[in-house]
Amino acid sequence: MSIKTYAQAIRDVLAQEMRKDPRVFVMGEDIAEQGGVFGCTKGLLAEFGPERVRNTPISENTFVGAGVGAACAGMRPVVELTYVDFAYLAMDQLLNQAAKIRYMFGGKAKVPLVVRTQEGIGRGNAGQHSQSLEAFFMHIPGLKVACPSSAADAAGLLRTAILDENPVVFVEHKALYASKCEVPDNEDFSVPFGRANVLRAGKDVTLVATQYCVPKAVEAAKLLESEEIDIELIDPRTLVPLDIDTIIRSVEKTGRAVIVHEAHKTGGIGAEIASQITEKAFAYLDAPPERVGAKQCTLPFNLGLENAVIPQVNDIVNAVRKALYL
Amino acid sequence: MPDRDRLLRIYETMRKIRSFEEAAVALFERNKLRGSVHLYIGEEAVAASVCSALTDKDYITSTHRGHGHAIAKGAELSKAMAELMGKAAGYCKGRGGSMHIADFEKGNLGANAIVGGGIPIAVGGGLAEKLKGTQNISVSFFGDGASNQGTFHESLNLASVWKLPVIFICENNGFAISVPVEQSTSVGDIAVRAGGYDMPGVTVDGNDVLAICDAVDAAAARARGGGGPTLIECRTYRWKGHWIGDPEVYRTKADIAAWMEKCPINRLREYLIEKKMSSAGELDAIEAGVQKAVDEAVRFAEDSPDPDPAFVMDDVYCEAGGSNR
Repeated sequence: MSIKTYAQAIRDVLAQEMRKDPRVFVMGEDIAEQGGVFGCTKGLLAEFGPERVRNTPISENTFVGAGVGAACAGMRPVVELTYVDFAYLAMDQLLNQAAKIRYMFGGKAKVPLVVRTQEGIGRGNAGQHSQSLEAFFMHIPGLKVACPSSAADAAGLLRTAILDENPVVFVEHKALYASKCEVPDNEDFSVPFGRANVLRAGKDVTLVATQYCVPKAVEAAKLLESEEIDIELIDPRTLVPLDIDTIIRSVEKTGRAVIVHEAHKTGGIGAEIASQITEKAFAYLDAPPERVGAKQCTLPFNLGLENAVIPQVNDIVNAVRKALYL
Repeated sequence: MPDRDRLLRIYETMRKIRSFEEAAVALFERNKLRGSVHLYIGEEAVAASVCSALTDKDYITSTHRGHGHAIAKGAELSKAMAELMGKAAGYCKGRGGSMHIADFEKGNLGANAIVGGGIPIAVGGGLAEKLKGTQNISVSFFGDGASNQGTFHESLNLASVWKLPVIFICENNGFAISVPVEQSTSVGDIAVRAGGYDMPGVTVDGNDVLAICDAVDAAAARARGGGGPTLIECRTYRWKGHWIGDPEVYRTKADIAAWMEKCPINRLREYLIEKKMSSAGELDAIEAGVQKAVDEAVRFAEDSPDPDPAFVMDDVYCEAGGSNR
């Protein structure tokens, strides 16, 4: 085990997989000399050279599409979209092409492409650099979606993503890059897709959280503990495939569910998870599932305004109390 | 200059495309085909000539008007016709239809119903071959309409900056659905746009097999030799509407008749006979062979079963490999 930041963990897995497999290469904006705006590709250019570590022009749809084509042609590209907000420019290649190629062409083609991107608040970047868009990718069949909340999960899930034969949107969170934890040194360490992480076992309320809302949920659980409310905290870690079974088993035990994410509440992943809980565990529910998400307005610049829009620890605590009719 | 064997192959390919599509029209009129069917009739010289310069290891990306590209890249007529009819034996198991035929084994990375959608994918094919260190190349077919998409400009730039082995084939048939190219496009010759991306750009008569072969041979040699991409604009014309059922308000019957006089198949036929490279008898025999193959393909497709809805959820994801299983 080594203590690593989330960004270091990503960088190390990229380097390890590039050493193991000459088909793996990286491309994206500012990823070569600069090592990525968030430092996740630092040192790769020096080790692997400019053929396998490529700065791209600011042409998101085309460099993602080039990744799609290279994957179809037998390579294993890892493409970096600096901000998930730029994914809108590449939606045709992501949703119309990468996601559909295998199915639409009769199941013979493979698109082993990883698109790494990051989302969320953390840099005071306002409305076009702070969004959380994972629900778009979850909505369209054919993509897998991972969203790690710790350095260890980032490492383990990224390795799984690179080894996967399907297109994977790997959604990091900019406020987590400096967060640290122990990461296994084993260069085969991986975290399987579709297996949720139960961070805390509890009997009163099931709390499902993703990405930067996970540390907030941990804090909320501690606060609630002092009120003798026992939280079971689950991080799904991947949205496609989604480990709904772990969530349902938990709700069957607690009878209550709160889902928290940083993306807008309307049409967010919480809506999907809450619906599945209602469909699959209705008889066990003692209260309606609660959702906590960003308010339905554009993310504002001013820190006070941003905090007002994004779920805070207190919002999670209040939602849990509401689920308990407190 | 293409030799006799290559010209005869091109002739056969053009005849295959023409007969295949005529059969598709007949099936459509009998309600045996549904959906959007975009016909390539009149433009056959482009696909047939370009693909005659390629091997199975070279890639193409195609368009909504993609039957010709698929056939020229080696598609089996029976599997292609079965796909047009949505049958289980089709290239895509009936999931793609006319606009989505792909055959990765032959290097066809797929037709595309998004205008300009295949251009970056072809760039990626070229990138892959460069990284692998092969001399294989990648060709993107697209229309005049796609030359106004961002992906066209972005892809030419990227392929040029990275010196990728890519040939961009713009099939300028004069119309983006109903909009004449003059109304939508800033330049008369789309090939001049290559200049903005520091690559050769040539405009050729897209109904002239010899001219296309010359241009594509030069571009392929340049690409295989590490010289980078080329843009070739092929001026041609579609005899049929944008799709079967197009009201065609944007042109007259006289316009169409004038272009039908310039039929690329007849033109090559006359050339081959005039230059004594072939005979009417030999060419008729090729046509008869093609017609028989198309008739068989139609019979195969009509006799094939529909896909079983029990398997409709297959292949959304690749289940093989990966560490998550």
